Amino acid sequence: MTRVWLPSSLEELWPLWAENPGAALYAGGTDLLVRRRAGLVRPEALICLERVAELGRIEPDGPEVFLGAAASFSRLLSSPLVTEKYPVLAAALQRIGSPQVRHMGTLGGNLVTASPAGDSLPPLYTLDAVVELVAVGATRRVPIAEFIQGPGQVDLRPGELVSGVRLPATDGNLQHFEKVGSRAALAISIASLAVAGRLSDQGEVLQIKLAWGSVGPTVVCAPAAEAALQGKKLTPETLAAAGELAQQAASPIDDLRASREYRLALVKNLLLRLAP
Amino acid sequence: MTIRFEINGEKVELEVAPDARAVDVLRRELGFTGVKEACGQGECGACTVLIDGQSRLSCLMLAAQLHGRTVLTIEGMAHGDRLHPLQESFIEHGAVQCGFCTPGMILAAESLLGREPRPDRERIRQGLSGNLCRCTGYQKIVDAVEAVVRDGGEKP
Repeated sequence: MTRVWLPSSLEELWPLWAENPGAALYAGGTDLLVRRRAGLVRPEALICLERVAELGRIEPDGPEVFLGAAASFSRLLSSPLVTEKYPVLAAALQRIGSPQVRHMGTLGGNLVTASPAGDSLPPLYTLDAVVELVAVGATRRVPIAEFIQGPGQVDLRPGELVSGVRLPATDGNLQHFEKVGSRAALAISIASLAVAGRLSDQGEVLQIKLAWGSVGPTVVCAPAAEAALQGKKLTPETLAAAGELAQQAASPIDDLRASREYRLALVKNLLLRLAP
Repeated sequence: MTIRFEINGEKVELEVAPDARAVDVLRRELGFTGVKEACGQGECGACTVLIDGQSRLSCLMLAAQLHGRTVLTIEGMAHGDRLHPLQESFIEHGAVQCGFCTPGMILAAESLLGREPRPDRERIRQGLSGNLCRCTGYQKIVDAVEAVVRDGGEKP
Protein backbone atom coordinates (compact mmCIF):
# COMPACT_ATOMS: atom_id res chain seq x y z
CA MET A 1 0.00 0.00 0.00
CA THR A 2 1.41 3.38 -1.01
CA ARG A 3 1.74 5.80 1.88
CA VAL A 4 0.65 9.40 1.39
CA TRP A 5 1.57 12.62 3.19
CA LEU A 6 0.25 16.15 2.93
CA PRO A 7 2.80 18.39 4.63
CA SER A 8 1.78 22.00 5.25
CA SER A 9 5.26 23.53 5.23
CA LEU A 10 8.73 22.86 3.87
CA GLU A 11 9.86 22.31 7.44
CA GLU A 12 7.40 19.42 7.68
CA LEU A 13 8.26 18.16 4.20
CA TRP A 14 12.04 17.77 4.52
CA PRO A 15 12.14 15.06 7.22
CA LEU A 16 9.27 13.16 5.54
CA TRP A 17 11.11 13.17 2.26
CA ALA A 18 14.41 12.22 3.90
CA GLU A 19 12.74 9.18 5.48
CA ASN A 20 11.02 8.26 2.20
CA PRO A 21 13.49 9.11 -0.53
CA GLY A 22 11.54 6.98 -3.01
CA ALA A 23 8.42 9.11 -2.62
CA ALA A 24 7.02 10.88 -5.66
CA LEU A 25 6.12 14.54 -5.20
CA TYR A 26 3.00 15.96 -6.80
CA ALA A 27 0.66 18.93 -6.44
CA GLY A 28 -2.32 18.91 -8.81
CA GLY A 29 -2.07 15.22 -9.65
CA THR A 30 -3.37 15.79 -13.17
CA ASP A 31 -0.29 14.12 -14.63
CA LEU A 32 1.22 11.86 -11.97
CA LEU A 33 -2.04 10.26 -10.83
CA VAL A 34 -3.00 9.50 -14.44
CA ARG A 35 0.34 7.81 -15.09
CA ARG A 36 0.17 5.98 -11.79
CA ARG A 37 -3.28 4.57 -12.58
CA ALA A 38 -2.04 3.49 -16.00
CA GLY A 39 0.76 1.59 -14.25
CA LEU A 40 3.48 3.71 -15.89
CA VAL A 41 4.89 4.80 -12.53
CA ARG A 42 4.79 2.92 -9.23
CA PRO A 43 5.97 5.31 -6.54
CA GLU A 44 6.48 3.63 -3.17
CA ALA A 45 5.07 6.69 -1.40
CA LEU A 46 3.42 9.97 -2.36
CA ILE A 47 3.92 13.45 -0.97
CA CYS A 48 1.24 15.93 -2.02
CA LEU A 49 2.51 19.51 -2.10
CA GLU A 50 -0.85 21.28 -2.41
CA ARG A 51 -0.81 22.47 1.22
CA VAL A 52 2.85 23.51 1.51
CA ALA A 53 2.39 27.20 2.32
CA GLU A 54 5.70 28.39 0.85
CA LEU A 55 4.86 26.82 -2.50
CA GLY A 56 1.49 28.54 -2.78
CA ARG A 57 2.74 32.11 -2.58
CA ILE A 58 1.95 34.61 -5.33
CA GLU A 59 3.67 37.87 -4.45
CA PRO A 60 5.83 40.75 -5.63
CA ASP A 61 9.48 40.61 -4.58
CA GLY A 62 11.10 43.94 -5.37
CA PRO A 63 10.65 44.48 -9.09
CA GLU A 64 10.06 40.76 -9.64
CA VAL A 65 7.02 38.59 -9.13
CA PHE A 66 7.27 35.19 -7.42
CA LEU A 67 4.76 32.55 -8.46
CA GLY A 68 4.71 29.53 -6.16
CA ALA A 69 5.15 26.15 -7.78
CA ALA A 70 2.04 24.69 -6.13
CA ALA A 71 -0.34 27.62 -6.72
CA SER A 72 -3.09 26.33 -9.01
CA PHE A 73 -3.52 27.83 -12.47
CA SER A 74 -6.88 29.27 -11.39
CA ARG A 75 -5.29 30.99 -8.39
CA LEU A 76 -2.65 32.49 -10.68
CA LEU A 77 -5.42 33.63 -13.02
CA SER A 78 -7.23 35.36 -10.16
CA SER A 79 -4.15 37.42 -9.30
CA PRO A 80 -3.71 40.86 -10.93
CA LEU A 81 0.05 40.27 -10.57
CA VAL A 82 -0.36 37.71 -13.34
CA THR A 83 -3.24 39.06 -15.41
CA GLU A 84 -2.08 42.69 -15.49
CA LYS A 85 1.69 42.29 -15.72
CA TYR A 86 2.00 39.10 -17.72
CA PRO A 87 -1.02 38.76 -20.03
CA VAL A 88 0.87 36.31 -22.27
CA LEU A 89 1.10 33.92 -19.32
CA ALA A 90 -2.52 34.54 -18.31
CA ALA A 91 -3.70 33.82 -21.86
CA ALA A 92 -1.83 30.52 -21.89
CA LEU A 93 -3.06 29.45 -18.45
CA GLN A 94 -6.62 30.20 -19.54
CA ARG A 95 -6.23 27.67 -22.37
CA ILE A 96 -4.94 24.83 -20.19
CA GLY A 97 -7.27 21.86 -19.79
CA SER A 98 -10.63 22.80 -18.32
CA PRO A 99 -11.88 24.74 -15.30
CA GLN A 100 -11.48 21.62 -13.16
CA VAL A 101 -7.95 21.00 -14.42
CA ARG A 102 -7.05 24.67 -13.83
CA HIS A 103 -8.29 24.33 -10.23
CA MET A 104 -5.76 21.55 -9.77
CA GLY A 105 -2.78 21.94 -12.12
CA THR A 106 0.28 24.02 -11.21
CA LEU A 107 3.31 25.73 -12.77
CA GLY A 108 5.60 23.43 -10.79
CA GLY A 109 3.94 20.44 -12.40
CA ASN A 110 4.16 21.91 -15.89
CA LEU A 111 7.86 22.69 -15.34
CA VAL A 112 8.92 19.33 -13.94
CA THR A 113 6.79 17.33 -16.37
CA ALA A 114 8.61 19.31 -19.10
CA SER A 115 6.28 18.18 -21.84
CA PRO A 116 6.90 19.79 -25.25
CA ALA A 117 3.18 20.61 -25.08
CA GLY A 118 3.23 22.24 -21.62
CA ASP A 119 1.22 25.38 -22.35
CA SER A 120 2.68 27.57 -19.61
CA LEU A 121 6.25 27.00 -20.80
CA PRO A 122 6.49 29.16 -23.98
CA PRO A 123 5.22 32.26 -22.11
CA LEU A 124 7.72 31.63 -19.30
CA TYR A 125 10.53 31.52 -21.91
CA THR A 126 9.47 34.83 -23.44
CA LEU A 127 9.23 36.44 -19.99
CA ASP A 128 12.77 35.27 -19.04
CA ALA A 129 11.43 33.30 -16.09
CA VAL A 130 13.92 31.98 -13.56
CA VAL A 131 13.10 28.70 -11.87
CA GLU A 132 13.74 28.66 -8.15
CA LEU A 133 14.82 25.37 -6.62
CA VAL A 134 15.03 24.60 -2.92
CA ALA A 135 16.70 21.84 -0.95
CA VAL A 136 17.50 21.59 2.74
CA GLY A 137 19.48 24.74 3.48
CA ALA A 138 20.01 25.67 -0.17
CA THR A 139 18.34 27.67 -2.90
CA ARG A 140 19.31 27.70 -6.55
CA ARG A 141 18.01 29.83 -9.42
CA VAL A 142 18.16 28.58 -12.99
CA PRO A 143 16.88 30.31 -16.14
CA ILE A 144 14.01 28.30 -17.57
CA ALA A 145 15.81 27.58 -20.84
CA GLU A 146 18.59 25.88 -18.86
CA PHE A 147 16.23 24.19 -16.40
CA ILE A 148 14.39 22.33 -19.15
CA GLN A 149 16.88 20.08 -20.90
CA GLY A 150 14.67 17.81 -22.95
CA PRO A 151 11.25 16.21 -22.94
CA GLY A 152 10.69 15.16 -19.33
CA GLN A 153 14.27 16.11 -18.48
CA VAL A 154 15.03 18.94 -16.08
CA ASP A 155 17.96 20.24 -14.06
CA LEU A 156 16.67 19.01 -10.73
CA ARG A 157 19.23 17.55 -8.32
CA PRO A 158 18.43 14.85 -5.75
CA GLY A 159 16.70 16.41 -2.75
CA GLU A 160 15.65 19.50 -4.68
CA LEU A 161 12.16 20.63 -5.58
CA VAL A 162 10.83 23.55 -7.59
CA SER A 163 9.61 26.23 -5.20
CA GLY A 164 8.38 28.60 -7.90
CA VAL A 165 9.29 30.88 -10.75
CA ARG A 166 10.51 34.44 -10.68
CA LEU A 167 9.41 36.78 -13.41
CA PRO A 168 11.38 39.96 -13.98
CA ALA A 169 9.56 43.27 -14.33
CA THR A 170 8.46 43.91 -17.87
CA ASP A 171 7.93 47.23 -19.58
CA GLY A 172 6.76 45.48 -22.71
CA ASN A 173 3.65 46.62 -24.55
CA LEU A 174 3.47 43.50 -26.71
CA GLN A 175 2.33 40.21 -25.21
CA HIS A 176 0.47 37.61 -27.20
CA PHE A 177 -0.39 33.89 -27.02
CA GLU A 178 -1.82 31.51 -29.60
CA LYS A 179 -2.71 27.84 -29.21
CA VAL A 180 -3.97 25.39 -31.79
CA GLY A 181 -5.61 22.23 -30.50
CA SER A 182 -8.22 19.84 -31.82
CA ARG A 183 -10.84 21.65 -29.75
CA ALA A 184 -11.00 24.71 -27.52
CA ALA A 185 -10.86 22.90 -24.16
CA LEU A 186 -9.11 19.79 -22.89
CA ALA A 187 -6.84 19.71 -25.91
CA ILE A 188 -3.14 19.00 -25.97
CA SER A 189 -1.49 21.68 -28.08
CA ILE A 190 -0.69 20.88 -31.70
CA ALA A 191 1.33 24.08 -31.71
CA SER A 192 1.46 27.20 -29.57
CA LEU A 193 3.24 30.53 -29.77
CA ALA A 194 4.09 33.03 -27.05
CA VAL A 195 5.33 36.54 -27.80
CA ALA A 196 6.64 39.21 -25.45
CA GLY A 197 8.36 42.43 -26.38
CA ARG A 198 8.23 46.15 -26.82
CA LEU A 199 7.13 48.26 -29.77
CA SER A 200 7.93 51.92 -30.37
CA ASP A 201 5.12 54.46 -30.70
CA GLN A 202 5.50 53.99 -34.45
CA GLY A 203 5.05 50.24 -34.08
CA GLU A 204 8.67 49.27 -34.71
CA VAL A 205 10.04 46.31 -32.78
CA LEU A 206 12.42 47.51 -30.07
CA GLN A 207 12.69 44.10 -28.46
CA ILE A 208 10.94 40.79 -29.05
CA LYS A 209 11.04 37.22 -27.71
CA LEU A 210 9.28 34.36 -29.45
CA ALA A 211 8.73 30.82 -28.19
CA TRP A 212 6.79 27.95 -29.74
CA GLY A 213 5.37 24.89 -28.00
CA SER A 214 4.78 21.37 -29.41
CA VAL A 215 7.01 21.88 -32.46
CA GLY A 216 10.21 20.37 -31.08
CA PRO A 217 11.42 18.20 -28.20
CA THR A 218 11.16 21.21 -25.88
CA VAL A 219 10.12 24.83 -26.32
CA VAL A 220 11.53 26.18 -29.58
CA CYS A 221 13.14 29.62 -29.66
CA ALA A 222 14.30 31.28 -32.87
CA PRO A 223 16.86 34.04 -32.28
CA ALA A 224 17.22 34.48 -36.05
CA ALA A 225 13.52 35.23 -36.38
CA GLU A 226 13.69 37.68 -33.47
CA ALA A 227 16.69 39.43 -35.06
CA ALA A 228 14.89 39.66 -38.39
CA LEU A 229 12.04 41.58 -36.75
CA GLN A 230 14.31 43.99 -34.87
CA GLY A 231 13.54 47.59 -35.85
CA LYS A 232 10.78 46.49 -38.24
CA LYS A 233 7.05 46.98 -38.11
CA LEU A 234 4.93 43.86 -37.67
CA THR A 235 3.52 43.49 -41.18
CA PRO A 236 2.46 40.31 -42.99
CA GLU A 237 5.70 40.56 -45.01
CA THR A 238 8.14 40.98 -42.10
CA LEU A 239 6.31 38.33 -40.08
CA ALA A 240 6.31 35.85 -42.96
CA ALA A 241 10.06 36.31 -43.39
CA ALA A 242 10.60 35.78 -39.65
CA GLY A 243 8.26 32.78 -39.76
CA GLU A 244 10.39 31.12 -42.41
CA LEU A 245 13.47 31.53 -40.20
CA ALA A 246 11.52 30.07 -37.29
CA GLN A 247 10.56 27.05 -39.38
CA GLN A 248 14.26 26.25 -39.64
CA ALA A 249 14.56 26.23 -35.84
CA ALA A 250 11.55 23.95 -35.36
CA SER A 251 11.72 20.16 -35.53
CA PRO A 252 8.14 18.95 -35.19
CA ILE A 253 7.09 15.31 -35.32
CA ASP A 254 4.18 13.45 -36.87
CA ASP A 255 1.86 12.09 -34.22
CA LEU A 256 -1.80 11.26 -33.81
CA ARG A 257 -2.66 14.91 -33.26
CA ALA A 258 -1.07 16.41 -36.36
CA SER A 259 1.51 15.94 -39.09
CA ARG A 260 4.97 17.45 -39.16
CA GLU A 261 4.01 19.54 -42.21
CA TYR A 262 0.92 20.98 -40.53
CA ARG A 263 2.92 21.93 -37.46
CA LEU A 264 5.61 23.59 -39.59
CA ALA A 265 2.92 25.63 -41.37
CA LEU A 266 1.60 26.70 -37.96
CA VAL A 267 5.05 27.86 -36.81
CA LYS A 268 4.91 30.52 -39.51
CA ASN A 269 1.19 31.18 -39.66
CA LEU A 270 0.69 31.77 -35.94
CA LEU A 271 3.25 34.56 -36.23
CA LEU A 272 1.15 36.22 -38.93
CA ARG A 273 -1.55 36.82 -36.31
CA LEU A 274 0.67 39.57 -34.87
CA ALA A 275 0.01 41.71 -37.93
CA PRO A 276 -2.34 44.57 -37.06
CA MET B 1 -5.18 6.51 7.61
CA THR B 2 -7.98 8.47 9.25
CA ILE B 3 -9.46 11.40 7.36
CA ARG B 4 -12.03 13.92 8.55
CA PHE B 5 -13.96 16.22 6.29
CA GLU B 6 -17.38 17.68 5.68
CA ILE B 7 -19.54 16.27 2.92
CA ASN B 8 -22.91 17.69 1.90
CA GLY B 9 -23.19 19.48 5.24
CA GLU B 10 -22.25 16.53 7.41
CA LYS B 11 -18.98 15.88 9.16
CA VAL B 12 -17.49 12.46 8.55
CA GLU B 13 -14.49 10.60 9.87
CA LEU B 14 -13.34 7.44 8.19
CA GLU B 15 -10.48 5.05 7.79
CA VAL B 16 -9.22 4.83 4.21
CA ALA B 17 -6.37 3.23 2.35
CA PRO B 18 -3.94 6.16 1.98
CA ASP B 19 -3.67 5.78 -1.77
CA ALA B 20 -7.40 5.25 -2.43
CA ARG B 21 -8.81 7.67 -4.96
CA ALA B 22 -11.36 10.22 -3.76
CA VAL B 23 -13.90 9.01 -6.34
CA ASP B 24 -13.74 5.44 -5.01
CA VAL B 25 -14.10 6.46 -1.37
CA LEU B 26 -17.01 8.81 -2.13
CA ARG B 27 -18.84 6.13 -4.10
CA ARG B 28 -17.99 2.90 -2.30
CA GLU B 29 -17.35 3.89 1.31
CA LEU B 30 -19.86 6.73 1.57
CA GLY B 31 -22.40 5.67 -1.07
CA PHE B 32 -22.43 8.95 -3.00
CA THR B 33 -22.91 7.21 -6.32
CA GLY B 34 -23.93 10.49 -7.97
CA VAL B 35 -20.18 10.95 -8.37
CA LYS B 36 -19.65 9.24 -11.72
CA GLU B 37 -16.49 7.90 -13.25
CA ALA B 38 -16.05 7.60 -16.99
CA CYS B 39 -12.55 8.27 -18.31
CA GLY B 40 -10.59 8.11 -15.05
CA GLN B 41 -7.96 10.49 -16.41
CA GLY B 42 -9.34 14.00 -16.16
CA GLU B 43 -10.80 14.34 -19.65
CA CYS B 44 -14.56 14.01 -19.13
CA GLY B 45 -15.64 15.80 -15.94
CA ALA B 46 -18.12 13.09 -14.86
CA CYS B 47 -16.42 12.76 -11.46
CA THR B 48 -16.54 16.51 -10.73
CA VAL B 49 -17.11 17.42 -7.09
CA LEU B 50 -16.80 20.78 -5.37
CA ILE B 51 -13.93 21.08 -2.91
CA ASP B 52 -14.33 24.24 -0.82
CA GLY B 53 -16.68 25.48 -3.54
CA GLN B 54 -14.31 24.79 -6.45
CA SER B 55 -14.86 22.15 -9.12
CA ARG B 56 -12.26 19.40 -9.06
CA LEU B 57 -11.89 15.95 -10.50
CA SER B 58 -12.31 13.29 -7.85
CA CYS B 59 -10.65 10.67 -10.07
CA LEU B 60 -7.40 12.65 -9.90
CA MET B 61 -7.43 13.21 -6.16
CA LEU B 62 -6.49 10.85 -3.40
CA ALA B 63 -8.97 10.45 -0.57
CA ALA B 64 -6.24 11.76 1.73
CA GLN B 65 -6.59 15.13 -0.03
CA LEU B 66 -10.19 15.41 1.20
CA HIS B 67 -8.97 15.73 4.79
CA GLY B 68 -10.08 19.04 6.30
CA ARG B 69 -12.04 20.09 3.22
CA THR B 70 -15.69 20.80 2.52
CA VAL B 71 -17.00 18.54 -0.21
CA LEU B 72 -20.20 18.91 -2.21
CA THR B 73 -21.58 16.19 -4.46
CA ILE B 74 -24.82 16.18 -6.42
CA GLU B 75 -26.52 14.52 -3.43
CA GLY B 76 -25.97 17.73 -1.45
CA MET B 77 -27.51 20.13 -3.98
CA ALA B 78 -31.19 19.71 -3.06
CA HIS B 79 -32.60 20.95 0.23
CA GLY B 80 -34.84 18.14 1.39
CA ASP B 81 -37.50 17.70 -1.27
CA ARG B 82 -36.70 21.04 -2.85
CA LEU B 83 -34.40 20.66 -5.81
CA HIS B 84 -31.66 23.20 -6.47
CA PRO B 85 -32.60 25.80 -9.12
CA LEU B 86 -29.99 24.27 -11.47
CA GLN B 87 -31.59 20.84 -11.07
CA GLU B 88 -35.06 22.27 -11.71
CA SER B 89 -33.80 24.11 -14.75
CA PHE B 90 -32.09 21.00 -16.20
CA ILE B 91 -35.45 19.19 -15.94
CA GLU B 92 -37.38 22.13 -17.36
CA HIS B 93 -35.09 22.52 -20.36
CA GLY B 94 -34.65 18.84 -21.20
CA ALA B 95 -30.94 19.13 -20.45
CA VAL B 96 -30.80 15.51 -19.30
CA GLN B 97 -30.86 12.49 -21.56
CA CYS B 98 -28.95 9.47 -20.30
CA GLY B 99 -28.02 11.48 -17.20
CA PHE B 100 -24.51 10.17 -16.69
CA CYS B 101 -22.83 13.56 -17.18
CA THR B 102 -25.54 15.49 -15.33
CA PRO B 103 -24.09 15.48 -11.78
CA GLY B 104 -20.75 16.76 -13.09
CA MET B 105 -22.44 19.31 -15.34
CA ILE B 106 -24.56 20.70 -12.52
CA LEU B 107 -21.60 20.89 -10.14
CA ALA B 108 -19.43 22.55 -12.80
CA ALA B 109 -22.24 25.08 -13.34
CA GLU B 110 -22.51 25.64 -9.57
CA SER B 111 -18.75 26.24 -9.38
CA LEU B 112 -18.98 28.72 -12.27
CA LEU B 113 -21.88 30.63 -10.69
CA GLY B 114 -19.97 30.69 -7.40
CA ARG B 115 -17.08 32.61 -8.95
CA GLU B 116 -19.04 34.50 -11.59
CA PRO B 117 -22.76 35.00 -10.82
CA ARG B 118 -23.81 36.45 -14.18
CA PRO B 119 -21.94 34.67 -16.98
CA ASP B 120 -23.09 35.19 -20.56
CA ARG B 121 -23.68 32.25 -22.89
CA GLU B 122 -20.05 32.16 -24.02
CA ARG B 123 -18.77 32.16 -20.44
CA ILE B 124 -21.25 29.39 -19.56
CA ARG B 125 -19.87 27.30 -22.42
CA GLN B 126 -16.33 27.91 -21.14
CA GLY B 127 -17.41 27.08 -17.59
CA LEU B 128 -18.80 23.73 -18.77
CA SER B 129 -15.94 23.02 -21.18
CA GLY B 130 -14.47 20.38 -18.88
CA ASN B 131 -17.60 18.22 -18.98
CA LEU B 132 -18.42 15.95 -21.87
CA CYS B 133 -22.00 15.03 -22.79
CA ARG B 134 -22.54 12.48 -25.55
CA CYS B 135 -26.35 12.87 -25.75
CA THR B 136 -27.66 16.40 -25.70
CA GLY B 137 -25.37 18.36 -28.00
CA TYR B 138 -24.93 20.80 -25.08
CA GLN B 139 -27.45 23.43 -26.27
CA LYS B 140 -30.10 22.50 -23.73
CA ILE B 141 -27.55 22.29 -20.95
CA VAL B 142 -26.35 25.81 -21.74
CA ASP B 143 -30.01 26.92 -21.99
CA ALA B 144 -30.67 25.47 -18.53
CA VAL B 145 -27.75 27.30 -16.90
CA GLU B 146 -28.56 30.51 -18.78
CA ALA B 147 -32.13 30.40 -17.47
CA VAL B 148 -30.89 30.13 -13.88
CA VAL B 149 -28.63 33.15 -14.44
CA ARG B 150 -31.55 35.07 -15.95
CA ASP B 151 -33.90 34.18 -13.12
CA GLY B 152 -31.31 35.12 -10.52
CA GLY B 153 -31.18 31.62 -9.08
CA GLU B 154 -34.94 31.48 -8.41
CA LYS B 155 -36.99 28.49 -9.39
CA PRO B 156 -37.94 28.70 -13.07
